[in-house]
Amino acid sequence: MSVRYSFGGDDHIFVEIEEQMSLDAFFKSLSITNSVRESQIGGVTEICPANASYQIKFNPDIIKPRDLLLELKKLEQDAESSKQQLKTRVVDVPVLYNDPWTHETLMRFRERHQDPSGTDLDYAARINGFDSIGSFIEAHAESPWFVTMVGFVAGLPFMYQMVDRDRQIEVPKYLRPRTDTPKLTVGYGGCFSCIYSVRGAGGYQMFGITPMPIYDPDQRISYLREFMVFFHPGDIVKFRPIDRETYDEYLNQVESNAYEPKIKDFDFSLDDFYSDRDQYNRNIGEALNGD
Amino acid sequence: MAIRIKESGLATSVQDLGRPGYYHLGIPISGAMDRFAMRAANLLIGNDESDAGLEAVFMGPVMEFTEDSFVAVTGAEMQPRVDGEPRETWTSFPIKAGQTLSFDFLKKGARIYIAIKGGIDVPVVLGSRATYALGALGGLDGRSLRPGDELQTWASVVKPVEGATVPADLRRLPGNPAQIRVMPGLYWHRLTEESGSLFFRDIWKVATEADRIGYRFRGGNALQFVERKQPFGAGSDPSNIVDSCYPYGSIQVPSGTEPIVLHRDAVSGGGYFMLGTVISSDMDLIGQLQPNMETRFVAVNMEEAISAREQRNANLNQVRKLLN
Repeated sequence: MSVRYSFGGDDHIFVEIEEQMSLDAFFKSLSITNSVRESQIGGVTEICPANASYQIKFNPDIIKPRDLLLELKKLEQDAESSKQQLKTRVVDVPVLYNDPWTHETLMRFRERHQDPSGTDLDYAARINGFDSIGSFIEAHAESPWFVTMVGFVAGLPFMYQMVDRDRQIEVPKYLRPRTDTPKLTVGYGGCFSCIYSVRGAGGYQMFGITPMPIYDPDQRISYLREFMVFFHPGDIVKFRPIDRETYDEYLNQVESNAYEPKIKDFDFSLDDFYSDRDQYNRNIGEALNGD
Repeated sequence: MAIRIKESGLATSVQDLGRPGYYHLGIPISGAMDRFAMRAANLLIGNDESDAGLEAVFMGPVMEFTEDSFVAVTGAEMQPRVDGEPRETWTSFPIKAGQTLSFDFLKKGARIYIAIKGGIDVPVVLGSRATYALGALGGLDGRSLRPGDELQTWASVVKPVEGATVPADLRRLPGNPAQIRVMPGLYWHRLTEESGSLFFRDIWKVATEADRIGYRFRGGNALQFVERKQPFGAGSDPSNIVDSCYPYGSIQVPSGTEPIVLHRDAVSGGGYFMLGTVISSDMDLIGQLQPNMETRFVAVNMEEAISAREQRNANLNQVRKLLN
């Protein structure tokens, strides 16, 4: 990996770990940003890990841009030798795929899409070589995902699927972004899935919707009472296809503030994952669904 | 209660100096787009610089005061009136219970800052009272003001001076054409050399899509990219990158056609390449650009950016000294 450093004006340092997406690049970004946080460098105001890069915002009245750059390069060298392990959690995210709300929205913005004749799911399944929407949804839900970045808008997770490169789903974004996306839409763009935390503009293909809120600025939802944003980089997500009946049931639970997401602690090891991905992913599934 | 909003203007929101520390979760810093004007408005009436005031864009609100208070209006040139009587911008003035504050049409700039004695009392969310409307966070119920809203202010023992003023040479609005200084960087190498130099030669115009999230520009040449095989995960358009963070002030150019400068309510990341970043001392100026204004981007290096920042700091310190 050839790490590239660039100043973003006089108060940001932008660091591209790798030009292309990979779990290695993500782990390195997470590891370096964790060390930056721990080293509590004076003048640093924002520490933002991203998919294959990271960004630091700082106050140049307190630390000189070039001094901070040297600090970050030093932390990069330390990160080379650290073991790629992560104490994290696995989260169950129920999804009503092919739901009526994203369907209504994608029909409304059809002229902005690559293939106006079908739906986003039809298109994504076809260009990724699946014979049906059903088998495409199965592939999307079967293997778990890493939250590799949180952002765009408040609390929106970008997720990268934990499968070999040749099994990665890839889709382009809409030709022109939509001005509307239903809240909690499960979307897809490039090699990333996402969950739209709020209603608004968006360019990702739309596959379904989850009943589980992931951002609550009022902090009324039981599991968002302590902090308004649910996801953090490094979380592992497992999607679970549900039917309309289950969706409605969960929605009722959310409305009466009785919904509790299923979450289990998990110690992730990148080496163990690489040695047998399918088996490792089954272990993640068992950790989530076992006792 | 201290203030009743009779008319809310186009988009008037409670702002302060913002909410750093949560950008990694997609929650932007928010706060006044023109920080200097916000600070100066507070200083003029003896508030803390970080007290919450109002930011109004293009059109002022109409506000009825229910208690005696003090006000200062800074930023754009938009004459305030108290019960119809004109008052000066950048100058403190008293207002009595029952009186109404209103504004004339916008003459120059884009955003006014209204500081009110004691500061506006809305709940502090994640360390700030600033409104972030896209995330329905902060301010008054996470949104811009509406007619009928009522705002409280904090009681203050400070006795503001009537007629305190910021000298004209310390006020700052964009020229014509506006000059915005930029440090090339980030994904600058994606552009051909010729296209990169054209970007800085062209005259751009502020588009109508210009808000607290970002300012879009039109009218320059479409950018030309260095050819490459797109990296895995980036997407097929040459302007696509693997989704990354976006610095405040970074200039992204989707499909290479219309540059967008991200501002205080920035989307925190995404998949468009950025050619550089507006320097910190010129971010305030962007908040004062009107649609259709001619704008030139000027390339500078780190030394020039830091010296511009020091100049801005010195100006602010001068205002502090004058008003304390």
